[in-house]
Amino acid sequence: MAQSTRDIKRRIKSIGSIMQITKAMELVSSAKLTKAKERLIRTRPYYYTVLKNIQQTFNIVGDRHPLLMDKEINKSLYIVISDDRGLAGGYNNNIVKLVEDEAKGREKDVFLILIGTKSIDYFRNSEYKIIKKFTGITEDPLYSDAEKIGELAFNLYKDYEVDEIKVAFTRFVNNLTHEPEIRQLLPYVSFWEEEDRKNKVIDFEPSPEEVFDYLIPKYVNSYIYGALIEASCSEQAARRIAMEVATDNAKEIIEELKVSYNHARQSAITTELNEIITSAEVLKE
Amino acid sequence: MSLFHLDIVTPKRQFFSDDIDMVVVKGIDGELAVLKGRAPLITPLKIGKIRIFKEDTVLVAAIEDGYISVDENSTTIVTKGAEWPYEIDIEGAMEDKRRAEEALRRDRGVDVVQAELFLRRALNRIEVAQYHKKD
Repeated sequence: MAQSTRDIKRRIKSIGSIMQITKAMELVSSAKLTKAKERLIRTRPYYYTVLKNIQQTFNIVGDRHPLLMDKEINKSLYIVISDDRGLAGGYNNNIVKLVEDEAKGREKDVFLILIGTKSIDYFRNSEYKIIKKFTGITEDPLYSDAEKIGELAFNLYKDYEVDEIKVAFTRFVNNLTHEPEIRQLLPYVSFWEEEDRKNKVIDFEPSPEEVFDYLIPKYVNSYIYGALIEASCSEQAARRIAMEVATDNAKEIIEELKVSYNHARQSAITTELNEIITSAEVLKE
Repeated sequence: MSLFHLDIVTPKRQFFSDDIDMVVVKGIDGELAVLKGRAPLITPLKIGKIRIFKEDTVLVAAIEDGYISVDENSTTIVTKGAEWPYEIDIEGAMEDKRRAEEALRRDRGVDVVQAELFLRRALNRIEVAQYHKKD
């Protein structure tokens, strides 16, 4: 009996220290989440504006540019945004599953740019062609990071190495909801409901072609930047939730263990009492 | 003069959002002034300063590439980076200028285009920063 109470005590202690860790991580991620959210709010106007401008422009003259025309899709490039640390519940799993579902069966025609160690680990032994891996940028994404990734992807597209570019990331809706999604960047598809295509006249200086040559990479970079920011916010939120759940679970287990500890202790006492009484009885006789 | 709305957005923040009289930017083919009611336009901008006129005041800011989009109701400048004169770190800009010039002098093993961009940015920041002193 003494054995089992000691065991239980040890388990309570170790779960208690796990709980301290998860609690601390929860606090850290909620602080980071606040920061990430601030940045998201500051950044959204930027990339929404770029998207809106570009959409308006494409809607008016979009089909003229060779890079924007619909074509047969054989080779796809996916830019997958996961995180570096894990311990964020289903965050990483959801995003790689989404990509896997779409890419399955086309192993030879799927190219990947992986961001974050978790997706790199996941796709390490797959047959997809991994173009490049990026780590260490998901927690604090910079515009220059997005430019690097965007340039890489855009050059592949421009040289006809791939026929489409898609981004897989997790959109931040609110603290509890984050939605993994895949967006097609190129060839261009409308993001919002199509505005009426009235024949508006827009001046393009110096020429529509040159403006487009300038705008398309800008659009790719801005969208990737937006996706990185959304994902980094979702990551913190997902981790905070995961840690909160872990802390609650630990609390529950400790409660249960305390009950069984008391049981064990009580029955140890009862046994001892029994032994004493019995031996006293024997001595009396 | 009648007012129109101007937004300046950068990846880091919404830099400016207000009703103004006129904005002067540096386009590919030279300076360009935008007033209310201008026909829709989209054009890339060069590294340079922009001047915003509102009533009696003129605001000056340094911007780092980007484009301007004029629509019926609103005008937007989208840029990678924008700074007000008082925000510019002059010493940092001088240092950037020195480094870029050095790189250009060496002329070997450096990306000349990049170095030139870097230099132009530094010069622009130094120039715009002077506006702060005058105030």
